[in-house]
Amino acid sequence: MTLQGGLTRRDLFMKIGLLVNGIVGAILAVPIVGYLLSPISRERKGAYDAWVPLGDLEKFPSGQTRFATYRNPVVNPTDGDTADIACWVRNVDGQSFQVFAVNCAHLGCPVRWFPQSGLFMCPCHGGVYYQDGSRASGPPERGLFEYAYKIEDGKLLIKTGEMPTPGQASNIGGERRPCA
Amino acid sequence: MRLIESIGQWLDARLQIGGVIRETAEHRVPRETASWFYVFGSAAFVVFMLQIVTGILLALIYVPSAGEAWSSLQTLNHNVTLGWYIRALHGWGSDFMVAIVLIHMVQVFLFGAYKYPRELTWIVGVFLLLVTLGMAFSGQVLRFDQDAYWGLGIGASIASRVPFVGPRIVNLMLGGPIIAGATLSRFFALHVFVIPGLLIAFVAVHLLMVVKIGINEWPMPGRVVRKATYVKEYHELTKKEGVPFVPGAIWKDLFFAAFILLSLAVCAAYFGPFGPSGPPDPTIIQTAPRPDYFFLWLYAVLSLLPPSMETPALLIGPVVLILALLVLPFAFGEGEKSWQRRPIAVLTVLLAAVSLGTFTHLAENAPWSPVMDAWSGVPIPAEFLRNRSALERQGALVFQLKQCHNCHSLGNEGGKRGPDLDAVAVRLTQDQLVRQVIQGGGNMPAYGKNLSPAETTALVDFLETLHPAGQSPARDASRAVVLESGATTPSAAPSPGNP
Repeated sequence: MTLQGGLTRRDLFMKIGLLVNGIVGAILAVPIVGYLLSPISRERKGAYDAWVPLGDLEKFPSGQTRFATYRNPVVNPTDGDTADIACWVRNVDGQSFQVFAVNCAHLGCPVRWFPQSGLFMCPCHGGVYYQDGSRASGPPERGLFEYAYKIEDGKLLIKTGEMPTPGQASNIGGERRPCA
Repeated sequence: MRLIESIGQWLDARLQIGGVIRETAEHRVPRETASWFYVFGSAAFVVFMLQIVTGILLALIYVPSAGEAWSSLQTLNHNVTLGWYIRALHGWGSDFMVAIVLIHMVQVFLFGAYKYPRELTWIVGVFLLLVTLGMAFSGQVLRFDQDAYWGLGIGASIASRVPFVGPRIVNLMLGGPIIAGATLSRFFALHVFVIPGLLIAFVAVHLLMVVKIGINEWPMPGRVVRKATYVKEYHELTKKEGVPFVPGAIWKDLFFAAFILLSLAVCAAYFGPFGPSGPPDPTIIQTAPRPDYFFLWLYAVLSLLPPSMETPALLIGPVVLILALLVLPFAFGEGEKSWQRRPIAVLTVLLAAVSLGTFTHLAENAPWSPVMDAWSGVPIPAEFLRNRSALERQGALVFQLKQCHNCHSLGNEGGKRGPDLDAVAVRLTQDQLVRQVIQGGGNMPAYGKNLSPAETTALVDFLETLHPAGQSPARDASRAVVLESGATTPSAAPSPGNP
């Protein structure tokens, strides 16, 4: 049987069949894409960041820069040691603090603090920073990433949750300072 | 014998593929292509087969969990019989595969095989190179150690620089806000399901086209490719002086594949598996991450590019490079195939090889990285301390204590980040040394805030002694005059240069 325009019944059914599959496919694509994009959609709500305690203030003597670690606020059971994150805490004058990410502002390698020369040095591509986190030399285009901090009940807390990267400016007081 | 024959006939009556296999095996190829230059493609395929086998064997033990991957690799290395050898085969197989794919690409490029009508074969080949590199990088991540952890951080830092969507891409790549369990799981899925699936599909299409269109004939200078006549000429060539692929050409492929597999087995047995290095614990920061061999050139480029050019080069460079490879067969689809008539092609290959080789060699020494423990672990050679005054030796102590040695070498010991200081006193006067130490500059940090005047004096006094015997240190002639006049006539009228 041929309908008008040369379209047979079977052609029509095939086209309806394709259309139905297309619709079902589009419906199924919603949860699939939603699942794939979940790391992004979760971040959009700002759910990654939280205030995390680094310990008592006595751990960070005035005028010194000390190594500190914390458990990332977002943790999954299979994360193992990878959710233990390190940072550098500088007690500027007993009143104010600076908390730097260990990740170099160039490409994220872990910077090390050298109290004798008052410098942070990166072992990868040779970035160097002054004690206040500002860029001293090497390939980084900016100073170290800095976490927001607050003091509560004699404890130092920082706002963190996401690995800082050069393209992302959240929670980071990374305005360029002139070289000291 | 008769039984085997009858089983074969029974199977073929149902599968109906005997004819296709026979046709493929006996298809005629130009006589000169039965050459030792035409064996790299099949060798890459054979190594890929080995990678599949060893990969499945590793998956029997490996645990793709951020908390356990590293210890499961230790188990493979130490507790499972010959686990270390399977890891070594897989790791060396990866290096061999990348190397052979690159050699294959160079051969195909120099023989003009990308020209009409094999454009699509070349383009699929470019994708095969990309997925092979993708396998190499994701495989390096699955060896979940310190290098893998910080390598992911570097990958994330690069991805984050994409305008507007960079941070989103980072979240997608890591599967969350930090490098953790989800990151390893998704790289496992990529390495084991997604990329191998693509690789198998691309290989199938690539091989199908090689068989259907025919292998590229040996390029003869003067035999020019024209779209109007090429296919006819090729068929005449294979008809007139062709040989059946089996056994006319395949025996060289077989010999070479066996040679490659044997070399791989020997390398794996002699050198053993790669790593794992330290555990992927981000609180252990006493580490100097290095990428695997085939990404070392990138490590060098990232260290040597001027900061302002880095992001554009990272984001635009690969796009331009891949586009150039994809456009190549369309831009130069006709003309001479022979490398003897294509000097620019030869120079391009040489330039690429020399650049990659130079960057890789540089990255093996990484002169741009400070030697993080030179200040405490690399003493100043004795000849720089002999017959020195107490103040000068005090300066040498300052040199060590303030980590100068991490970036500056003495007697070729220590960091190479800054210039070596063996003869610095010849290059800089005393005043210039003081200025350089205090203010820094020229990619050196300023030490003004971290050196007392006494330490600066001692350090500069030590640096002043660093000049070859018989060559006097640089000095500022006017300074001597000023100091002299100041010393002899302290009450005289102020001389012009007096500070």
